[in-house]
Amino acid sequence: MPYLCWRLGHGLLVLIGVSALSFLLAGAAPGSFVDELKLDPRISPTTISALRDRYGLDQSLPEKYFHWLQSIARGELGFSVAYNSPVGPLLWPRARNTLLLAVPATALAWLIAVPVGTWTASRRGGWADRIAAGATTALLGVPDLLLGLGLLLLAVRTGSFPTGGMVSLGYAELGPSERIKDVISHFLLPVTALTLVTLPVLVRHVRASLLDVLHAPFIQAARAIGISERRLLFRHALRAAANPLISLLGLSVAGLLSASLVVETIMSWPGLGLLLLEAVVARDLHLVVGAVMCSTVLLIAGNLLADGLLYLADPRIRPEQA
Amino acid sequence: MIGHTGAPGWLWPLGGRGRRYRLLLGLLGVLHVSTLFAGFLAPADPATQNRDLPFAPPTRLHFVDPSGRLHLRPFVYGLARPSGDLEGYTEDRNRIYPVRFFVRGAPYRIAGLVDSDRHLFGTDGGTHLFLLGSDAYGRDQLSRFLYGAQISLFAGILGAGLSLGTGMLLGGVAGYYGAWVDETIMRVAELFLALPWMYLLFAVRMALPLRIEPAQAFLLVLAVIGLIGWARPARLIRGVVLSAKQQDYVVAARGLGASDTHLLRRHVLPQVLGIALTQAALLAPQYILAEVTLSFFGLGVGEPVPSWGNMLASLQRYDVLSSYWWMFVPGVALIPVFLLYYALADALHQRSAAFSR
Repeated sequence: MPYLCWRLGHGLLVLIGVSALSFLLAGAAPGSFVDELKLDPRISPTTISALRDRYGLDQSLPEKYFHWLQSIARGELGFSVAYNSPVGPLLWPRARNTLLLAVPATALAWLIAVPVGTWTASRRGGWADRIAAGATTALLGVPDLLLGLGLLLLAVRTGSFPTGGMVSLGYAELGPSERIKDVISHFLLPVTALTLVTLPVLVRHVRASLLDVLHAPFIQAARAIGISERRLLFRHALRAAANPLISLLGLSVAGLLSASLVVETIMSWPGLGLLLLEAVVARDLHLVVGAVMCSTVLLIAGNLLADGLLYLADPRIRPEQA
Repeated sequence: MIGHTGAPGWLWPLGGRGRRYRLLLGLLGVLHVSTLFAGFLAPADPATQNRDLPFAPPTRLHFVDPSGRLHLRPFVYGLARPSGDLEGYTEDRNRIYPVRFFVRGAPYRIAGLVDSDRHLFGTDGGTHLFLLGSDAYGRDQLSRFLYGAQISLFAGILGAGLSLGTGMLLGGVAGYYGAWVDETIMRVAELFLALPWMYLLFAVRMALPLRIEPAQAFLLVLAVIGLIGWARPARLIRGVVLSAKQQDYVVAARGLGASDTHLLRRHVLPQVLGIALTQAALLAPQYILAEVTLSFFGLGVGEPVPSWGNMLASLQRYDVLSSYWWMFVPGVALIPVFLLYYALADALHQRSAAFSR
């Protein structure tokens, strides 16, 4: 456990660093939310200066940062000028929606990648391997933006999927089971997009790490003993190849969140990415910092999860790190 | 990040072992250089609007005229729109317009140096040659695509060069001098790596003015892209420099009194270059996508300057998305470009792996 505590502490330090960094970046931004209001002749200069005062726009950067840290202690994470509300309550549902896409997409991608990667590794150079190699290469070349647009085109053309958003118009009147059905029909498309984006890299890594193992002497020995090929692959080889794959699980969170930002925005899924884009356009400093922080938390959580799994899966890691 | 498994020969079956990277480098080189000649290759000016011809379908090249006579030189018909029908375009078969090479047309400038009005191909005037259709303002999609390639493709290599340069400098300094310098630089790099890169991209974009002139926008996008990407190469380079520094012949050279700059230039840099090139080949497609994504969301290069990203932006309208397939062209063109880059990274990786063996 001290190992995990150490990792946790490290993650916390990184978070503090990231917050300072994003404040520095975002604080350097010219213009602010009220600049847009200035153009409106109906709003008097006194109102503007009162607003500036209220949102603390004239404070120096360290002062802003300090006040922001104070508001974290209150669980607010700053104040969004565009939404006129504390940032915290805005972030949570958005982060939940992003997770609602990311978790099933990750699960689905791994569920496909592990058998496909294992199978193609065992038939290296065969027709299945070649087809899989061609397919993953082709998928690798398709950017997430295009994939999202393509799936959207499919939705618009066939009309069998909703084309955006998370819920239908009459969502509030639906019963509980219909509500779930409604959300699922909306989330099929973005989840498909995210799965396809993550899939090729995973398949290739599973295949590569299995190939490394399949040459090992213990596999030869096991085969000589007469262990069936399937058992050999999925029980022995896959377990030995698991370590780099578990690390990959942690690493792939970053790519997944990035792709999710694009997919969410294209399919207007009310997640963290869409919120960030809106905040950047609205020059809403605290909301930008909040969304960035939130994505970092998700990323660190993913890495911690991978660390924890690695810790459980491989006893060799324990003594050297603790 | 793109997963690099290093499995031999699995991306690109072309060319011999070890030589493949030259072929790929050549192909990519030709691709990039030819975009510089967009003015010559494009049949029209990318900003000229034909408001009466929005979303005209790709003009078809014909060889056989209505009387059944075969022409060796391809020709096109004029565009006609039956009044009352807003969507439908038909061909006006009364007159043919032969397509010729090296015709005179809209004036352009190549690489800011050479002025000309000769185009590779086009008609003698009187009609529009929309080989890839036209966009919402009736601008020629092919010409915009060719001009847009200048922005989008060069955002890739220039951005990669920028962040590699920064990364090599900082990583080299960190690895070479070690101690607190190393500690500081690597901690900051860690922060940059702790962010999902799209989020970082948007956060850095926030630090720059929202509305900017198209001319500055390109530089700005480059700056953003270069800024976000330095950390990963810096880390890699640091590792290489650290191991290079401890090799016997480097230690010996130092013992013989070689200066820091001499050691860096003669002994460390050559080892770094292979890895740096592989990194560049992986970074460039990512940065092309970064420009495309930023411009797609209206945060990058803006109208009227075409970039592949802002050309795709019109697909945010569902009617455009479902009706006009030619608006997808800049997006689909990304696929072969990406595959070329990945194949290059693969080939370079194999090459440097072969060297280190």
